[in-house]
Amino acid sequence: MNEKPEKLIDKKGLRLDGRKIDELRPLKLEVGVLPNADGSAYIEHGKNKILVGVFGPREMHPKHLSMADRMVIRCRYHMASFSVPERKSPAPSRREVELGKVIRESLEPSVFNDLYPRTGVDVFIEVLQADGGTRCASITAASLALADAGIPMRDLVVACAAGKVDDQVVLDLMDEEDKLGVADVPVAYMPSLNAITLLQMDGILTPEELEKAINMAMDGCKKIYAMQKEALKTKYMTVKEVEE
Amino acid sequence: MPTFFEKKQLVTPGELLAEGDYLPGDNTYLEENKVYAQRIGLVDCENKRVNVVALRAFYVPKVGDLVIGAVIEVGFNGWTVDVKSPYTALLRASDVLSRPFKPQNDELSQVLSAGDLIVAKIASYDRAHDPQLTVSEPGLGKITRGQIMRVTPTKIPRVIGKKGSMISMIKQETNCQIILGLNGVILVTGKSPEDEELAITAIRKIEEESHTTGLTDRITQFLKEQKVKPEEKVE
Repeated sequence: MNEKPEKLIDKKGLRLDGRKIDELRPLKLEVGVLPNADGSAYIEHGKNKILVGVFGPREMHPKHLSMADRMVIRCRYHMASFSVPERKSPAPSRREVELGKVIRESLEPSVFNDLYPRTGVDVFIEVLQADGGTRCASITAASLALADAGIPMRDLVVACAAGKVDDQVVLDLMDEEDKLGVADVPVAYMPSLNAITLLQMDGILTPEELEKAINMAMDGCKKIYAMQKEALKTKYMTVKEVEE
Repeated sequence: MPTFFEKKQLVTPGELLAEGDYLPGDNTYLEENKVYAQRIGLVDCENKRVNVVALRAFYVPKVGDLVIGAVIEVGFNGWTVDVKSPYTALLRASDVLSRPFKPQNDELSQVLSAGDLIVAKIASYDRAHDPQLTVSEPGLGKITRGQIMRVTPTKIPRVIGKKGSMISMIKQETNCQIILGLNGVILVTGKSPEDEELAITAIRKIEEESHTTGLTDRITQFLKEQKVKPEEKVE
């Protein structure tokens, strides 16, 4: 790898990839990409490429994991061995298990899990290429896949990170900024209900900076939310066009 | 107390539909006096009740529903049946045999074995218990011939049509017997495989174009055209 760049933000206020401080990376969302899954979505967020498949609600196996009063969500976050510059062992690492849990917990408040007791939903997240902010991109895509599976939801969950790089609060950190920057704050958010479902912080921020970062991430989420809705509608648009 | 949608507008989960004096109907929910969508679908409002016709959903059993399922396991006193729902259904041996069931006299796998398809009705179902099936009504029981197809369960009402107009038309035009399982499984039985194939393509067409108007007329025309073609080939 190259040497560490001296400055992550240049004199003009532009970042390493030429973005402004409050600019998102280019985003592409697609719904219903896997015919074998009940619901699926694909996201390209900057250089991140993530595929999500949802199966269920179906009978829980093993049976003892099912709950008598609600639907259980299981979530597997996995990075492909070719997703990072150095080969990653395909065995689930500590980090991946943790991210699976974090993503599951950020999705759970959005689904009506008391409607179909004793069932289970499996969410499989496969990171094909990683470039910082995979947990956020995964949440955005997983939420779309859940909606595509026809699971009743309160709202779509959108996630976006903000952080601190070179004394400045910036939106949507990429890999280098994440590693060389000061702090990273991923936020998952339900825009219609104005509710945060995930808030993490890695690094050191003052209370003022944290507040600024959260607000910035929420604004980013709103922008992604519009694209998310658009992606979901596009799949069914063909149906509507015939009607008109 | 406004609404925030046009009739038949496509909405996504979490979309605000109405505020104030409105009731949540199908696939919607109420929170702080506001009605939101639960699923992706088309909205409609009827007598202050906001409904969303879901475009994606799975089958949830309801007592009295006619369903088509496949036997997946033969148990001690009944069968486990896959009805394409989050819950597997049970069919009791005494219900099929219509006499008291004695394990020493009856071999269940001779009556129905794994892989057999059955037409049945949901006899009971609630949150705490898996659905139970019954076949003790005329027309129910093991399927012996015909072809099976699947559609999204939400599209079944469209295949039936207004007061059964669509389905009776297809039956008439193709000379097929069609049984619609409310779980999205359809059984087509005709005199020849060609007839069955025609009925299946017609239903597929309905599934694809389910949100268009004047669909019954177009399907009628489609079936008439298709029926002429094979005869031409013979000549």
